[in-house]
Amino acid sequence: MIRKIVAFIFAFYFGFILYSFIYTHFPFGERPLKGVAAHYVEKGVQEEGATNIVTSIVTLYRGFDTLGEVTVLFLAATGLGLLLAGWKEEEKEKPEPTLIMETTTKYLFPLVLLFGSYIFIHGHLTPGGGFPAGVVIATGYFMMFIAQKEFKPSEYLLSATESFAGTLYVITGLLGLALAFSFLANVAPLGVPNTVFSAGIIPIIYIIIGFKVGSEMTGILQHMKEV
Amino acid sequence: MNAGHLFYGSSVFLMVMGVFIALTGKHLIKILLGIDLFDVGLNLLIISFGYVNGGTAPIFSRYPHVFKNVVDPVPQALVLTAIVIGVAEIAMGLAIVMRIKEKFGTCNISKLKELKW
Amino acid sequence: MHSLILFMVLGLSLVLVVATLVIWLSKDLLVAILASAIVSLIASIFFLVLQAPDVAITEAAIGAGLTTGILLYAMKIAGRYEDD
Repeated sequence: MIRKIVAFIFAFYFGFILYSFIYTHFPFGERPLKGVAAHYVEKGVQEEGATNIVTSIVTLYRGFDTLGEVTVLFLAATGLGLLLAGWKEEEKEKPEPTLIMETTTKYLFPLVLLFGSYIFIHGHLTPGGGFPAGVVIATGYFMMFIAQKEFKPSEYLLSATESFAGTLYVITGLLGLALAFSFLANVAPLGVPNTVFSAGIIPIIYIIIGFKVGSEMTGILQHMKEV
Repeated sequence: MNAGHLFYGSSVFLMVMGVFIALTGKHLIKILLGIDLFDVGLNLLIISFGYVNGGTAPIFSRYPHVFKNVVDPVPQALVLTAIVIGVAEIAMGLAIVMRIKEKFGTCNISKLKELKW
Repeated sequence: MHSLILFMVLGLSLVLVVATLVIWLSKDLLVAILASAIVSLIASIFFLVLQAPDVAITEAAIGAGLTTGILLYAMKIAGRYEDD
């Protein structure tokens, strides 16, 4: 009981300090754009060719951060596989999926994959991009794990896809270093804005990220399912 | 009615409840749920900082564009990164929870005497 | 922001408060996990209202979809009720 009271006082005090600080220093919706944000909004389309400014920030202006994030994701997936490896198998009675579930998911699965690829191919034009696309693809696999009895993607293929995509990402960055003297520089032709074949290397990077995140998340789900 | 009170209030409430649940929870999964709540609240707070009154999303469907009244795109890119890291962190924590359950047979932190020092 | 949207946000934030209290008070972890999925979904609507569609689509896919799945798989091992 004393723990709850102390925790309540701590959390309430934290919230009070935070809220009063925020409300005096950051008035809602009244900060004009300045600095890098104004530069990205005004010059972003000319410089990188992507009409979605968030996409060009994630992949090019702050591309190094995204590479680090993908590394963190890779480490988490590997650590999870390491922690859950060698789990002793118990034979449990698994409930049978019904006919409706099996048939529906069988026909829904390609559509989910198609939607995921649509999101990452159009990442520079519409909201979305590689990360949600990969997660949508992994959610499709999750649906299959639940509803089909004998569904098991090859673990070798998953890790091969993941490593290949990661290597390709670094190679794309090094290509920029070789051709334009800056890591992850936009070396491909920009094209006409607002068409699918535009924005230089942004679609390439997002396709790579989509494959990488999709295979990693599917690997995490498969490890979790098999215990 | 003030929009700032609504969004800032919701996100600070989520963060406070996340801290509170993580501090008082008895079950390990519930502690992880508290951390998840803190994550969502913090992301909402950062996005609220970048809002500009009457602004539109930073996506120009027509070029050449007018760049008046666009919300700040930098916090959005930052939060996009943070969300994906959040799910990796939750997955890692859950793997540790599953191993603890296998080794000690319980997830209740009052019964896990070996973890106390 | 349009006042109709503000009323919608007010109603949704009330649902958010209720879902958070459910996470705190519920002894059944299945209920708590589903309530956390509701919190993520409402947060994704808030992102959409704040003109951040990229973040909204990511939060809807990850917070409401994948995290719930991972938590449910872990709950199958760790036990459904808080007492044991």
